[in-house]
Amino acid sequence: MRARPATARAGQKATDVRYQPGFFTVALVCLIVLYAPIFVLVGLSFNANTVVTSWTGFTLDWFAKAVQNDDFYSAAANTLTISLSATVFSTMLATAAALGTTRGQPWRGQGAAYMTISLPLMVPEIITAVATLAFFSLLASVFGINFGIGNLIIAHTVFCIPFAYMPIRARLEDMDLTLDYAAADLYATPWATFWRITLPLLLPGIIAGAALAFIVSFDDFTITQLVAGPGQTTLPIYIWAKIRRPLTPEVNAMCTVLLMISVFFVSFSAFIGGRRR
Amino acid sequence: MLDNTKVPGLAIDRVGKVFQQAGKPDFRALDDVSLTIRPNEFFTLLGPSGCGKTTLLRMIAGFEHPSEGEIRLDGDPITGLPPNRRPVNTVFQNYALFPHLSVAANIGFGLEMLKKPRAEIEATVAQMLRLVRMEEMADRKTSQISGGQQQRVALARALAPRPRVLLLDEPLSALDLKLRKEMQIELKRMQAETGITFVFVTHDQEEALTMSDRIAVMSAGRVLQVGAPRDIYDRPANHFVANFIGDSNFLTGTVVEMSAGLVSIRLVNGAVLEASVPSSVTFGATATVVVRPEHAVLAAPGEGVIAGEVETVIYFGTDTHFHIRTGEGATFIVRQQNRRGDAAVAQRGEAVSIHLPPGVATVLAGEA
Repeated sequence: MRARPATARAGQKATDVRYQPGFFTVALVCLIVLYAPIFVLVGLSFNANTVVTSWTGFTLDWFAKAVQNDDFYSAAANTLTISLSATVFSTMLATAAALGTTRGQPWRGQGAAYMTISLPLMVPEIITAVATLAFFSLLASVFGINFGIGNLIIAHTVFCIPFAYMPIRARLEDMDLTLDYAAADLYATPWATFWRITLPLLLPGIIAGAALAFIVSFDDFTITQLVAGPGQTTLPIYIWAKIRRPLTPEVNAMCTVLLMISVFFVSFSAFIGGRRR
Repeated sequence: MLDNTKVPGLAIDRVGKVFQQAGKPDFRALDDVSLTIRPNEFFTLLGPSGCGKTTLLRMIAGFEHPSEGEIRLDGDPITGLPPNRRPVNTVFQNYALFPHLSVAANIGFGLEMLKKPRAEIEATVAQMLRLVRMEEMADRKTSQISGGQQQRVALARALAPRPRVLLLDEPLSALDLKLRKEMQIELKRMQAETGITFVFVTHDQEEALTMSDRIAVMSAGRVLQVGAPRDIYDRPANHFVANFIGDSNFLTGTVVEMSAGLVSIRLVNGAVLEASVPSSVTFGATATVVVRPEHAVLAAPGEGVIAGEVETVIYFGTDTHFHIRTGEGATFIVRQQNRRGDAAVAQRGEAVSIHLPPGVATVLAGEA
């Protein structure tokens, strides 16, 4: 490789953050703070001792115990029911919203619509949680309406929409509008254009949005804790309840299982996104 | 419907387009444009960017709707039809190939949308692949082929449904010079083989001259002149056309003698020049005359009608351009063909004169 002129190199060094003093140390500290606790948590789920923090030997018993626990199962079933439903509904709504705010003639209030859709990302979750709780108790007390687990599905769908919306919108904005024109030019009706051109090209964005919505719904605590009724315990709430009792590595095992599911979904969406590009 | 209204071809009838922009004055993109494009014609809309040529093309395709006027295809109005119901296909400037479909699926898309039987689609796709010489690439993704090949696929895709009119929106502008020259010839060949009417949009005057049966020169939303390439080049209707198509020298003088199709013009320096007249001029009026650089000849001082001094000599390989500073202070360009072994005809700073053989000058209409 040829040496670049010294001046160019110096200029590059000045602007490239990798050449700043202490970059390596800061980066390392950040990575350790982020990931060390997770590794410790996963490591201790193989701990033979009943006291989480003192390591006595390797075992898979806690995983066996977690998997055989009926409460864990019913919490997992609840979580999956809620997350998968919320993912499907929120992704559909987010796709429609993204199409409405990026395609077609610009309309009055388009900017306001965009703000309204993304605002929940910035509202503290506890406020959304209290408001959602108040809304459902109002429905129950005034109209006598209670959707059961449907309440949680509705609540999750609502707060998942902005998370699903962002990647879908980003993908739509990157997409060449001339492709729609080309399809129309080649005798495709607006519906055919949507199904044959827009949707397949949008799919990576939709998958990324759905994966994000799923993860956000899957590990939601605050809103679920307030809205959930009896028998609607989800995994995060179940684990939280378990932690308040004497802490055993069983909780670590459950967390490890959750972590695996999250990692799977994130990797899946990254893989789909990368392959499609 | 009356049969005498069934004029074959594409008729643009007094079409205008006004764009309303928030907070800005309305923008008139097209102003009273009327054109008749004949069946099986290679017709070019030529003009600088912003002249309205692309707007007109988008209107024929159905992506834009005229504010006034009508567009008729073989006598039937198509102005109100959406793009997917017009027997017209477009080759887009950026090709707009569907990235998730193979080359063959791209080409077959239009036929598929027209619900043609599978066997017919396959046969036509194979035929189109042959036409654009892309048989080996049928199963490739469109991202795996070169720009020139993408261009061919875009062309095949638009030709496959056998449209009555093919629209081409500056399709060669993204190609390098050599490939562009090849594609110009290919396009002509394909037009001859398919017998489809081509409406070609370009800002490249050379491209327009090489390929077209007829050209419409546009500027600022208006059509300035319609004619065969030779007509437009040899008898430009006005200053803009003369300037836009090829290089031109403009001379001003007074009409001193008139006969059928010819006038004598007395130039500012007193020399008298014979020029052809496309339309009528008035005796004694001031007239502008246009002379193409390759029609003028360098001569020894005193031999030609205009005296001057060589200001710049530019060598182009096939020819040489001499920029002559005339006695009136204007610059006159003379282009001379290079022959092997010739030394330069004149050097920088040399005093020369410009000889204008009979018939090389044309009076511009409607210009003072």
